[in-house]
Amino acid sequence: MAGVVFEHVYKRYSGNVTAIADMNVEIKDKEFMVLVGPSGCGKSTALRMVAGLEEISDGMVKIGERVVNDVAPKDRDIAMVFQSYALYPHMTVYDNLSFGLKLRKTPKAEIDKRVREAARILGLENYLSRKPKALSGGQRQRVALGRAIVRKPQAFLMDEPLSNLDAKLRVQTRVEILKLHKSLQTTFIYVTHDQVEAMTMGDRIVVMKDGLVQQVDTPQTLYHKPVNVFVAGFIGSPAMNFLSARVTGDGRASLKGDGFEIPMEERVLSGAGARRDQDVIVGLRPEDLKDARFPGREGMPRVPAKVEVVESMGSEIFAYITVGGKTLTSRMDPRSEDLQPGQPVQLAVDTDHLHLFDPKTERALVLQGEPARV
Amino acid sequence: MAVGAPVVAEVAAAAPRPARVEAERRRIDLGSLPLNVALVLLTAVWIVPTLALLVSSFRPRFLINTTGWWQALVPPFQFTLNNYREVLDTYSIGTAFVNSLTIAIPATVIPITIAAFAAYAFSWMRFPFRNSLFLLLVGLLAVPLQVTLIPVLQIFTRTGLTGTFLAVWLAHTGYGLPFAIYLLRNFIGALPSDLFESAEIDGAGPVTAFFRLVLPLSVPALASLAIFQFLWTWNDLLVALVYLGGSPDVAPLTVNVSNLVSSLGQGYELLTAAAFVSMALPLIVFLALQRYFVRGITAGAVKG
Repeated sequence: MAGVVFEHVYKRYSGNVTAIADMNVEIKDKEFMVLVGPSGCGKSTALRMVAGLEEISDGMVKIGERVVNDVAPKDRDIAMVFQSYALYPHMTVYDNLSFGLKLRKTPKAEIDKRVREAARILGLENYLSRKPKALSGGQRQRVALGRAIVRKPQAFLMDEPLSNLDAKLRVQTRVEILKLHKSLQTTFIYVTHDQVEAMTMGDRIVVMKDGLVQQVDTPQTLYHKPVNVFVAGFIGSPAMNFLSARVTGDGRASLKGDGFEIPMEERVLSGAGARRDQDVIVGLRPEDLKDARFPGREGMPRVPAKVEVVESMGSEIFAYITVGGKTLTSRMDPRSEDLQPGQPVQLAVDTDHLHLFDPKTERALVLQGEPARV
Repeated sequence: MAVGAPVVAEVAAAAPRPARVEAERRRIDLGSLPLNVALVLLTAVWIVPTLALLVSSFRPRFLINTTGWWQALVPPFQFTLNNYREVLDTYSIGTAFVNSLTIAIPATVIPITIAAFAAYAFSWMRFPFRNSLFLLLVGLLAVPLQVTLIPVLQIFTRTGLTGTFLAVWLAHTGYGLPFAIYLLRNFIGALPSDLFESAEIDGAGPVTAFFRLVLPLSVPALASLAIFQFLWTWNDLLVALVYLGGSPDVAPLTVNVSNLVSSLGQGYELLTAAAFVSMALPLIVFLALQRYFVRGITAGAVKG
């Protein structure tokens, strides 16, 4: 059991392509850390550098107290689950599970004990003599997990392990992996492009883009206090709404944009260092755009809008509405079921949860209605 | 009636279905008819000469010289084993058979073993000039064997290898390697990289990965290559004749049979027997490994 540390890690490919730049992340012992970002953001590369499958161009990767830059993958005491599972197709499940232990010259009795233990945990006992091609996708996935479990490694590395499963199985396996993490008490590093997976699984999440770490924090903090436009837009589903606006007002300050005006407290704006006539990006979560007809919303600023599409999910309603020329998403409760496409609607904006970003740097100025401390 | 109506409708809808299916099947049958006819014709074209050779090899000389082989298929059946007895006793076909095996087996095993190692290195190991070397190798595929005969023979003569089996093994290895490496590299290179990375983390070095992963997974490709190479070396006349000479104690079947053609003249009943002896093994090899043969040719083309 050990933590994993990235210290000023760079990955450069020939031809001056930088895949990862100055990555500094400390993954604690027994932590479930998720690396998330769009494809090409460097998350898999980062994981593969921990595994030893990619060379580290600069900086240091530590597993526990040991710098592993020049340690061979087999000596790093880690196990990896691949997206394709990478099961050995000519070997039975038993042989697949025991292969790594055999190569390490583990005694036969010990191998047998560990393989059966892993098979029991994963419910694979009846499939030990089968070959991978005679297994379903979910079973193959469990064999891949089992192959990691039997090794009792210091850290589990998982590269999009669920993306080959269908939606239902994916949710099931997500829970199983979390249980596994709890019972094994080992560091997990988990790569995914799916922010829902990241939010539901991670103790903490590393959000990456273009080889740069954007933010490292707990799911809740990422959701409520994203440090920049990218994190704000990437985390959360449906995604945050963004509107261009300008800080205006003589005396009372407000945010004025195409088709709306939202008053703001002077204290917050000045605290965020926003001046009059400065352009800003307003970020609003779908749940912070409410139907103004219902009680408890009287004090909130109003924005006139028009309904475009209504999607009813049963417990909630996603309304796509236009403000000015822009389409926004609003998450409403079932009381707003009567909304019809084409109908005008008054939106109540929950300014306590409003975010503001600088359009040039894209960094947060105001988070949840309070000046961002960046 | 209100209850019955939907049922009737359902039956009515269901009724034409079998007829349509039937028609569909007939259409498919008719559609594949030309294909089947062509297949039968093609098979006949291939089988008839082989059958003629087999039948003739069991007929006495006077019948061969006076009647067609197909007349042996109606009574009275007049077959004899004398032809085989004679070629085996008098014309040392037996020795030649053993010589052919002595040539073909190492000439198959050696190049394929080397090619498997090379193909693994070309696909999965990083070393300088990897691609240039591979291109050079592919280029060698285009070099006709004949241009090498004189220089290689000179080398063999200088080193005293001419007339030995080692010379033919080396020659066949050289001639077979470019294609063998090319084919195996395509196959081994198409194995998923995750497998090797997974094995690397599991603790397998390149040697372990080769023997525990690459070899078992490449069996179809190796088998089809082995069949190709075996048939080619078994049927080879030119290479054996040039590097071994005609000496009967080293001559393979092909050399021996070609000698029979010139020495026997009239007695072609013996030739048929000798020819059939030389054909027998490739036939057995092919029939026994047919599964791998087909799989190997399509390997890589269709992802399984």
